[in-house]
Amino acid sequence: MSQLQQSASSQATGNLNMSISAEKNGTWQAVCPLEDIWPNTGVCALLGGRQIAIFRMKDDLLYALDNHDPHSGANVLARGIVGDLGGEPVVASPIYKHHYRLCTGACVEDADTRLNTYPVELREGMVWVQVPA
Amino acid sequence: MQQQKLIVVGNGMVGHYFVQELVKRHPDLAAAGIQVTVLGEEPRPAYDRVHLSSFFSGSTAEDLSLVEPGFYDRPGLELRLNARASQIDRNRQTVTLTDDSTLHYDKLVLATGSVPFVPPVPGRDRENCFVYRTIEDLEAMTAAGATAKSGVVVGGGLLGLECAKALRDMGLKTHVVEFAPRLMAVQVDESGGRVLRTKIEELGVNVHTSRNTTAITDGATARHRMVFFDETWLETDMIVFSAGIRPRDELARQSGLAIGARGGITIDDRCRTSDHNIYAIGECANWNGQMYGLVAPGYDMARIACAHLSGESATTFQGADMSTKLKLMGVDVASVGDAHGETHGSRSYQYLDEVRNIYKKIVVSEDGKKLLGAVLIGNADEYGTLQQMTVNGMPLPENPEFLILPASDGKEKPGLGVDALPESAVLCSCNNVTKGAIGEAVAAGACTIGEIKACTKAGTTCGGCVPLVTQVMKAEMRKHGMAVNNHLCEHFPYSRQELYHIVRVEQIRTFDELLEKHGKGLGCDICKPTAASILASCWNDFILKKDLASLQDSNDYFLGNIQKDGSYSVVPRMPGGEVTPDGLIAIGHIAKKYGLYTKVTGGARVDMFGARVEQLPDIWEELIAAGFESGHAYGKSLRTVKSCVGSTWCRYGVDDSVGLAVQLENRYKGLRAPHKIKFGVSGCTRECAEAQGKDVGIIATEQGWNLYVCGNGGMKPRHAELLASDLSKEDLIKMIDRFLMFYIRTADRLQRTSTWRDNLEGGLDYLKDVVINDSLGLGAELEAQMQHVVDNYQDEWKSAVDDPEVRKRFRSFVNSTVADANIVFVKEREQMRPATPEEKRQAKVIPVLALVE
Repeated sequence: MSQLQQSASSQATGNLNMSISAEKNGTWQAVCPLEDIWPNTGVCALLGGRQIAIFRMKDDLLYALDNHDPHSGANVLARGIVGDLGGEPVVASPIYKHHYRLCTGACVEDADTRLNTYPVELREGMVWVQVPA
Repeated sequence: MQQQKLIVVGNGMVGHYFVQELVKRHPDLAAAGIQVTVLGEEPRPAYDRVHLSSFFSGSTAEDLSLVEPGFYDRPGLELRLNARASQIDRNRQTVTLTDDSTLHYDKLVLATGSVPFVPPVPGRDRENCFVYRTIEDLEAMTAAGATAKSGVVVGGGLLGLECAKALRDMGLKTHVVEFAPRLMAVQVDESGGRVLRTKIEELGVNVHTSRNTTAITDGATARHRMVFFDETWLETDMIVFSAGIRPRDELARQSGLAIGARGGITIDDRCRTSDHNIYAIGECANWNGQMYGLVAPGYDMARIACAHLSGESATTFQGADMSTKLKLMGVDVASVGDAHGETHGSRSYQYLDEVRNIYKKIVVSEDGKKLLGAVLIGNADEYGTLQQMTVNGMPLPENPEFLILPASDGKEKPGLGVDALPESAVLCSCNNVTKGAIGEAVAAGACTIGEIKACTKAGTTCGGCVPLVTQVMKAEMRKHGMAVNNHLCEHFPYSRQELYHIVRVEQIRTFDELLEKHGKGLGCDICKPTAASILASCWNDFILKKDLASLQDSNDYFLGNIQKDGSYSVVPRMPGGEVTPDGLIAIGHIAKKYGLYTKVTGGARVDMFGARVEQLPDIWEELIAAGFESGHAYGKSLRTVKSCVGSTWCRYGVDDSVGLAVQLENRYKGLRAPHKIKFGVSGCTRECAEAQGKDVGIIATEQGWNLYVCGNGGMKPRHAELLASDLSKEDLIKMIDRFLMFYIRTADRLQRTSTWRDNLEGGLDYLKDVVINDSLGLGAELEAQMQHVVDNYQDEWKSAVDDPEVRKRFRSFVNSTVADANIVFVKEREQMRPATPEEKRQAKVIPVLALVE
């Protein structure tokens, strides 16, 4: 477990648009022990004034994206049901059931909406998230 | 443009259908230059006489109405009620009414229907002698039935037997007196009549055949004595004449129109009378010496007359198929074509089962190639097949006897094969819907029987064709490549019902196991909550257990009702709406302490809004201390059992509706189902609890409880239907157990009981068979399964606050104890409400209350 685990989402961020990769130099912050996130659920972390939803998927793959659901205006995505659509991991908002892709933050039902995603890692049993400066 | 004045005399089923057809052709009558006046002599517009007997099982005049609100309000159309025509002057083209007013017509349509035939027996005018035709007749019968102990129906035909059922349901000792040597002499042969009689007598109705009544006099032990031709007699408190009908042709006779030898206004193939400005349709018309007492030929005539009036003369009336299928007191009776084998050279096959009282006969042509007719008593499953084979002249299979013999193991019963039906085959004769029309509806996107009913009207009148229509629909869907796919979602190639079966049979207790064995991928927000619901209704484990929590829908996931801003509402359970003053005070204290907005709900509870997720466990703890559970005011589960105050306080109450409501709510609380379930219990027929708008509705009667099912308010209101009457409390609970579990097992995801019922092949009769008669042999299993759920109920909120692991989940942030700053309130009408986005921007907000220590 001492090995650094690179999550799928931190790879994915590299492909995101410029504004986010420009912020790649944010600070890494420890959030919580992995056990605090039940398998196949999410939690919300308050990091540098941002609400970030962190999801623990199958095989402890971790994803982090905004907790704010722009379609309802509520901070609720961490409480959504996770799963996959066509093999791509998604979370469904508990308010109006919009799906957001965990890898990219893109909304499945509305191509114009895209959430910020954040690099997330598991380091010795602790969940770490890189928060933009 | 010249105005065309059209008068329709009669606003019965056929008269109204004619007007509907006319409006269909000319949606804007006034613009088309048509001025229509409809004369109806009854005090109400057209209603469904086919289902008249349902008036006795709780349907109201409004339920039976066939007229959509506002239908007669359109320009160019006028309906006059309580308006009776007394005379037609054909030279002047006028109709005179009993109030002496006179109306001019260019074209006249007579849809005067028929009157019940009352045999000319001395004493037939005595008090408490009735006919069975209008809602007013039924109201009079109900009033008389309340004080009577016994009743006689004169006439053992179709209507007479329906009427006998009504008398029996009123609790009267019921007799049927028939002039002919058997019941339903027109439709049924001698052997069939015998089986039918045995069945009817088993149901507690006394049948007297070959009885000619010669006089009705004062009785010694009851109001009337009916004396028969052989001087035997029968005493009874009330008599209903239902000995056939006679066409109402007196208007036509007076005005000199041609009349048939046995009565009825003579019409040609276009439904014109001997005066070409006058049409006659329905039961008052005589075509080729034939009169039709069924609604389907009447509708047919209405369509043809309407077409002809609109200048279209291609369609002609060519007689009607008199096949009938109905359920008389729960007994299937069907008759097709030449039921008596009167065709020259015809031969028959017969099957008689005196143990189960089933009789089936088919009549085939001399050369054995065509089916001519059939009689089915006791079980009419083959009706659709036999009727279509007869009407469409389809070739018989090699061994036609197998058409009616019970299927033996391993042998497929020869079916119709709906693909063999011609496009023109009329599947629903009541509404003239062809196989082709069903195909078009499917092509246009209809893919449930409910949608087919809505867009074609097939199966909406008598309902006899629904199984066949369903078969055709499925075949058409397959043809369109719309593989009849009822898969739950991309992760499971099964319907909800199939998944349910898998979970039970394989004793699967987790989603992971279900997914591994029968699904693929990670699951989604469709299949996870569905599986959670199935697992809960099978095993009833705590829904927030570690391996179940992640499956739960928004509200079950946090045991509260999530609101638009991400806060929750908490609704303490108040079974039956009963609450003590101390309870109310405790709720008030809690709401005040946590700064919650309170509102009394439509389900007779108090709803407290605006709780943040981290406040929930504290609120629940205080509720538990005050003797409350938080309550399932959310989720696909039992919501409330609404009740009126009942006999305890109400001066009209017949039984203790609150007591029963409390008992039922406590029994079924926590039950997970395909959709939400609502109950209502009324203490008398005034129905203050609006139980007939609920999934399960119960109404107290003098004899026990009446159980109604599958009602709905909301988006698509639907009246509940009577499933069983006069039940003891014990039987009532048994029936509800079976009903709910059967629904939970077989319904689709998010299918309310009303939609489930509309899509249930076999409809209400099938549901009654399963729930009451236990036709699937599942009764004991369904009851045991419900008992398991009841026995394993737990206060989920208590379990959540008592388990530190679970309780820990209830926080806004995993790494902080502060509250979500996005949940902000403003004041309105002395309480708080969520701030609008605009208000949030302007920061006109109430600061979030400090966390309670």
